[in-house]
Amino acid sequence: MGYDLNFTLIWRHFDKLWSGLILSLELAILSIGIGIVIGLILAVIYVSGGRIARALIAAYVELIRNVPLILLVYLVFYGIPTVFDFAYDNTTSFVMTLSVYAGAYLVEVFRAGLDAVPKGLIDAGKAIGLTPWQRLVHVRLPTMLRMTLPALSNTFVSLFKDTSVASVIAVPELTYGAQWINFNTFRIMEVYLVVTGLYLVTGYAILLGLRALERRYSIGR
Amino acid sequence: MLDQVLYAIPFLLPGLLVTIEVSLITVAISTVIGVALGVGLVYGQWPLRWAIRGFSDIIRGIPILVLLFFVYYGLPLTGINLNNFAAAVLGLTIFKIAQVIEYVRGAIESVPRGQMDAAKSIGLPFHERLAYVIAPQALRRFLPPWLNGVTDAVKGSALISLLGVGDLLFGIQKVVGRTYEPLALYCFGALVYFALNYALSLASRALERRFSYIRE
Amino acid sequence: MSGKPTGATPLLRIKGVQKSFGSTHVLRGIDLDVARGEVVTIIGPSGGGKTTLLRCVNFLETYDRGSITIDGAEVGYRDGEARKRRTETDLARMRAETGMVFQLFNLFPHLTAAQNITLGLTRVRGLGRAEAGDKAMHWLKRVGLADKAGHLPSELSGGQQQRVGIARAVAMEPKILLLDEITSALDPELIGEVLDVVLSLAADGMTMLIVTHEIGFARDASHRIVFMAEGTVGAEAPPAEIFSPNQPNERLRSFLGRFSAAHRL
Repeated sequence: MGYDLNFTLIWRHFDKLWSGLILSLELAILSIGIGIVIGLILAVIYVSGGRIARALIAAYVELIRNVPLILLVYLVFYGIPTVFDFAYDNTTSFVMTLSVYAGAYLVEVFRAGLDAVPKGLIDAGKAIGLTPWQRLVHVRLPTMLRMTLPALSNTFVSLFKDTSVASVIAVPELTYGAQWINFNTFRIMEVYLVVTGLYLVTGYAILLGLRALERRYSIGR
Repeated sequence: MLDQVLYAIPFLLPGLLVTIEVSLITVAISTVIGVALGVGLVYGQWPLRWAIRGFSDIIRGIPILVLLFFVYYGLPLTGINLNNFAAAVLGLTIFKIAQVIEYVRGAIESVPRGQMDAAKSIGLPFHERLAYVIAPQALRRFLPPWLNGVTDAVKGSALISLLGVGDLLFGIQKVVGRTYEPLALYCFGALVYFALNYALSLASRALERRFSYIRE
Repeated sequence: MSGKPTGATPLLRIKGVQKSFGSTHVLRGIDLDVARGEVVTIIGPSGGGKTTLLRCVNFLETYDRGSITIDGAEVGYRDGEARKRRTETDLARMRAETGMVFQLFNLFPHLTAAQNITLGLTRVRGLGRAEAGDKAMHWLKRVGLADKAGHLPSELSGGQQQRVGIARAVAMEPKILLLDEITSALDPELIGEVLDVVLSLAADGMTMLIVTHEIGFARDASHRIVFMAEGTVGAEAPPAEIFSPNQPNERLRSFLGRFSAAHRL
């Protein structure tokens, strides 16, 4: 290889990576939280709403899913403030973007989940005299949420990886931390080895943890 | 606002072609290698299986952006010098290979075990069992995720603008730098990506119908 | 069936075959010979290793100890004591000499009934398209499905699928035909049509090793019946002896007793 690995400088600046990793996790958690709210509301409107509502939701989903995340990040951060007279910091901007992005994927997950709730359960709800709204809140949504847990776990880990895109608008998350150390130490190989390790360990740890939770709460499809 | 977009179109066209070119190369190479490695993952001896499993899990566990930076900034240190276009294609292709491996594994595992038994029992050697019995059945399961993956490749390719490759997003950035009309241009760019990917997904739905001939 | 064929050396010779799945000892030293033209049926309780033994004969399953030879050639391994696994090409060539029919038919769903049969004929036996097609038609006629040649398996009933499965196996002209619980997945009214085909093959002198739960069929079709339980051969005799009220094997008597209670024998 002819290249000697030297991690000393990386450990000296490890706090940059550590705080970056924490921020990455925070970004992912906030975004999936808001994304779940968006996804749930739109999925419920989709299954109970009229044609126009459905068309609008479908347009939102298709539009977001067919455009690169990095372009959406630029659009929200550089584009929107030029027209509307308000400014937000880059972290807020990124959370908004990733939430809207996550929402588009989760609408689909929840919509499919609501469709998959066994008809017998809904009939049982009718039989004990629940109103449509009560059936939704007490029967369909809880059942659907438990069925969609594996998809939610996967989405969360994906979002955690997607937070690396925030580096392009200087949000100081993990990838940005790596770039900062690069510019200051030039130990490029070492930085990316460490960062790769951090993404891998964190991502798989989250996935294992969530899988354990799923086993407790999940019900099969 | 429309002026800006009209002004931008000639600048964006070459970028669009680069985006399409990079996506096509990535999908083509990753499909060939990914299918070979996917078959190795399912039928290989354990050292091969473990190596492929490790490769796939590691690549799928890191952000594609980190992988691109690793290839672009890291490889030159080991004496391998790639221009930014080659580094971009290499990074995207490695990422996509890992995905294709998993599509292939899923598709082959969807074929009932008895099919392999039956193919063995009439005396077909391994490569013919694969070609005449497993592949035609696995193809139907392979196509939908693979076709979705083409859209992913187009979206993923937008990251290569960060390596200075003149793709569609790079073109948009350049025009934004000149005109200071970010909203109009990013919206227009989004529409172009949308149109490209939506056309791809319509085409893929048609292709899927064409291959949905087996009923069980 | 009468008149046990007299072959000098057995076509299939199984000697001391042992096989474990993890800590479960499925085959605990099986000895069994099948002569040319002989029909041997293996009966016994589920989980007794019958299917595993059959799969070993076709090397769909490896075996840990002992030897299986067909016409003197060792199945799956070579070099005697050294037990080297045969090459893929070798294995394929040997498997072509044994036909197998499966419990779940295992027809190729993307191929028509005729194509299911011609695949092996063209690829393995090297026949031309036309010749393979003629041969497939011959066997489809023989199993009463000439009119279904162009149908996909999904368009056939279970009984019809299994008859195609038999045609696919015998068209290869194997030295021995292995039938693995071929009626277990069928609705009762479809079993007869499949067993009739097997009986007509037996009448032609086809060598067969059969695993079945159809005790009545085993009695009518076999030259010899083997009772297997817990990985060993418990009894081995012509049907008359097996079903004799004086059968000395206690486990066999109780096994058959449960059947005669359920069916009229």
